Amino acid sequence: MKIEILGMGCAKCKQLAANTEAAVKELHLQAAIDKVDDIGKITGYGVMMVPALVVDGKVLSAGKVLNKEEIKKLIK
Amino acid sequence: MQESHGRAGECEGDPYRRRVLHRGKEVRGNMDIFKPIQLFADLITYKLLRILQGSYWGDTVNFFIYDTIKIGLLLVVINYLMAVIRYYFPMEKVRDILVKRRWFGLDYLFAALLGIITPFCSCSSIPLFIGFLGAGIPLGVTFAFLICSPLVNEASLYLFPAMFGIKATILYNLIGISVSIAGGMLIQRLHLEKYVKAELLKVKTRAQAQVENGGVPLSFRRKAGYFWKEGMCITRQIFPYMVLGVGIGALIHGFVPKNLVEQYFAVKTWWSIPLVTLLGAPLYANSVSVIPIMEAMVGKGVPLGTALTFMTAIVTISIPEALILKKVMKWELLAIFFGITISGIMLMGYILNAVF
Repeated sequence: MKIEILGMGCAKCKQLAANTEAAVKELHLQAAIDKVDDIGKITGYGVMMVPALVVDGKVLSAGKVLNKEEIKKLIK
Repeated sequence: MQESHGRAGECEGDPYRRRVLHRGKEVRGNMDIFKPIQLFADLITYKLLRILQGSYWGDTVNFFIYDTIKIGLLLVVINYLMAVIRYYFPMEKVRDILVKRRWFGLDYLFAALLGIITPFCSCSSIPLFIGFLGAGIPLGVTFAFLICSPLVNEASLYLFPAMFGIKATILYNLIGISVSIAGGMLIQRLHLEKYVKAELLKVKTRAQAQVENGGVPLSFRRKAGYFWKEGMCITRQIFPYMVLGVGIGALIHGFVPKNLVEQYFAVKTWWSIPLVTLLGAPLYANSVSVIPIMEAMVGKGVPLGTALTFMTAIVTISIPEALILKKVMKWELLAIFFGITISGIMLMGYILNAVF
């Protein structure tokens, strides 16, 4: 599973990344988590609000800092 | 009715302060819906904690309890409403609305209005900017949105009446919208497209973002719960900053002597507006946190226009914002954007100081 956190370094984006890491750990998933801060890549996903959560190329959430439980539900 | 804001004897004779601070209550006539909160705050401060009424700490704690509860409750309600609105107006729809129809000049107004209901985080400004431009929305219209978004929001619409009164609220928001529209049109006229970093516009957007329920419509009951959760999520995120703001406001309210403020800031000099604008510009704080600080300052005699100018400068412009936008615009465009926003803010300050 390839997970990408789209964001540009603000606190919200870091929070989403932290929550995602915790969620992945709790589910014992084999997932690579990448922080994407390149604008070209971010807009390439058609995302207009960051932070955004992308799993295997699909945008699952944009503009929200999901908490650990919500992330777990999405990536299970 | 006991006057519990301010030291004994200090405020009865001050018509300006009473006019502004209690404007919210005046509007509702004799029915002050926040009275129960004030009574509760009085109870805790003076009866339970036994702090002397009229003392520095008395005022501070009283203000703190009152404002935290009042703003907290308002926040819960407001964010619930905003969750409803954003459910029906997600960003993609906003963009599509602005693109699909030829609004014959009205698109600036719509862009500004849409900027009001959409949340604004500095880090979202770029993807949004690119998303709009990439979809074919003119640069000027995009800027009308960008200027209005931080300027007019749910805080300025729904918290202001409770703090500063309806008249100030309407005036502030009208000026904010006008400035956004005028600014957007000006930028369009100046044909500044060449200052956008062109390589970014060539990015093709992929298939639609799949958000949350993946397009499955919610039943009515699930919707109510969803909005509550969404609203509370935002409220919870803002809450600590709000409490911090109230804390600072409370300390100002309780400890800053009125004479000090009166001497230096209560006068409406021509230079106080540019001064506070330039002071507030590099800073950033959440709009909800700054409101209680402004409330306290106005209570100490700072003119409403000056206080709101300061607050707006803090909220709309900041160094982090500039650094982020610098990635997509050349500095000429960024300078013009900030210049227009700053001018608009100062204009708002002068008008408000003249009226109030």
